[in-house]
Amino acid sequence: MIQRLLLNLRVVGSLGARSVKQTFRRPQLMAPIIVFPTLLLAIQTSGAGSAIGLEGFPQVNGFLDFMLAGAMVQSTLLAGNSGGIALAVDIEMGFTDRLLAAPISRFAMVLGRLAGTAVLGAATACWFLAIGLIFGVQIEEGVPGALLMILFVSLSAIAFGAIGAAVALRTGTASVVQGLFPLVFVILFLSSAFFPADLILEPAGSVAEYNPLSFVVDGIRDPTISVLTAEVFWKAVGAIVLILGIGIGFSALALRHRLRTGG
Amino acid sequence: MIAIEVRGLTREFGDEVLAVAGVDLEVAEGEIYAFLGPNGAGKTTTVRMLTTLLRPSGGTATVAGHDVVRDAAAVRRSIGVALQEAALDPLMTGRELIRLQATLHGLPRAEGRRRGEALLDRVGLDRAADRRVGTYSGGMRRRLDLASALVHQPRVLFLDEPTTGLDPVSRKAIWEEVEKLNDEGTTVFLTTQYLEEADMLADRVGIIDDGRIVAEGTPGSLKAEIGRPHLEVRLAEGEFDRAEEIVARFGTPMPARDGAVLVELQGGAADVAPVVRALDEAGLAVESLDLVQPTLDDVFVAKTGYHLEGDDQEVAPEAMVEAEQPA
Repeated sequence: MIQRLLLNLRVVGSLGARSVKQTFRRPQLMAPIIVFPTLLLAIQTSGAGSAIGLEGFPQVNGFLDFMLAGAMVQSTLLAGNSGGIALAVDIEMGFTDRLLAAPISRFAMVLGRLAGTAVLGAATACWFLAIGLIFGVQIEEGVPGALLMILFVSLSAIAFGAIGAAVALRTGTASVVQGLFPLVFVILFLSSAFFPADLILEPAGSVAEYNPLSFVVDGIRDPTISVLTAEVFWKAVGAIVLILGIGIGFSALALRHRLRTGG
Repeated sequence: MIAIEVRGLTREFGDEVLAVAGVDLEVAEGEIYAFLGPNGAGKTTTVRMLTTLLRPSGGTATVAGHDVVRDAAAVRRSIGVALQEAALDPLMTGRELIRLQATLHGLPRAEGRRRGEALLDRVGLDRAADRRVGTYSGGMRRRLDLASALVHQPRVLFLDEPTTGLDPVSRKAIWEEVEKLNDEGTTVFLTTQYLEEADMLADRVGIIDDGRIVAEGTPGSLKAEIGRPHLEVRLAEGEFDRAEEIVARFGTPMPARDGAVLVELQGGAADVAPVVRALDEAGLAVESLDLVQPTLDDVFVAKTGYHLEGDDQEVAPEAMVEAEQPA
């Protein structure tokens, strides 16, 4: 039993490493994770910086302090989507058959992909933290706050990756998963990622207020701009668990369906 | 000892498609069994069921003594699989892929690396091992796929159309490797649409058409069933129909292939001279004449009514030998 668990953990590690290498070797997977969010961050902070003067805007040292969490979540959402695309490509080219014909847990294939997405999430969190620190962001909660941000970003990457994996397993088509790209931005703009939810006009403001993504963003943002309260912390954890649960649940169902029907 | 035992295996897709319609077969340990059939005959679906990638709709199958449904994990531990179109990640290097395969089969890291290196060397990919698979030729991909299927030393090896799309040199290299593996005791179940491949490699051949096995036996016994040799006549010019009429007097006409008139000679080789005389008397100039011993293609034609390779021309019903039940 323990031996089997250890084997599956080793397999998940190997598949995670493959997933990370695959992303670095395929520029079209890397670009949405690092390049797009960084460009958007640069454009928004330079063009909309005066927003911090609006009444009701959180007290921040600069707009970049506020925007950093949004860029991180944008990156993890797109990492999840890219992970889904990569899994769908594996299905299309038959690589998943290689995994399914091996004596391992069949869900290891999904967990391996998610492990890779988590590593990418951590890497992007470090990237944006570095950008923030270079351009003058101060992490109010210090090093523990930065570590917590990296943890939240990694966990949310797994959660979003699980949603991407579910779509990939259900459809088996990379172009369908790629089609979720615009949806990612809709969800992102209907949250507090780039603007405080209570300053967004109705009805978008109400949607943003209850969007689970807003809870995740706030959990990542608060260590930077203020003190992370227990309420924000648990809301972020709850939102991640909810998204992860939905993603894993649908992934398991989709994998079961795929194994039963053969495609 | 039986390596693969299949009884009444069926697979339906939806209500209308019956891809495999009650296949029965047995493969002895140490045997090379070729599953021969055209595209869409049910070869790959059968292999996918035997390799636990697809659940059967009905029937039973055991591989290396384990049931493919109830004991799928044990089956997966006992088999090596190289599927159609060499499903390899083009972004990985050959070495990375074979090491991943070793991990998937639970080999300790050092052991996996040692076997991986030995196999890369064996299939002639040691110098290309650090190149990405995307830069490999079709033959190199197939050899890598074969090597990765062997990393855990499987008892039974499934090869799904291992040489489809390969040039003759690469095809021969794969054949040699398969023969070597078999000599070392590995049972090989291969699907192919190439008659020559089945003829060259297989101890026994199962011909599958429309989801059913229509003939089974050694290549020699299957050909012997067909019996008589046939004559292949090429005319210098035209009058194909008249030539067919004339040769039909000497035996059973067979479906034309590549512009040649074919007849299964009733009197064997002794009928060649009379056929030539008859054509000459009719004023038909013969360009070439070949007396051809029965091949697996003839067996295939006899059992299914059409050629596996070449044209798709239907055979006249009277030319068909009644398909017998597989042995």
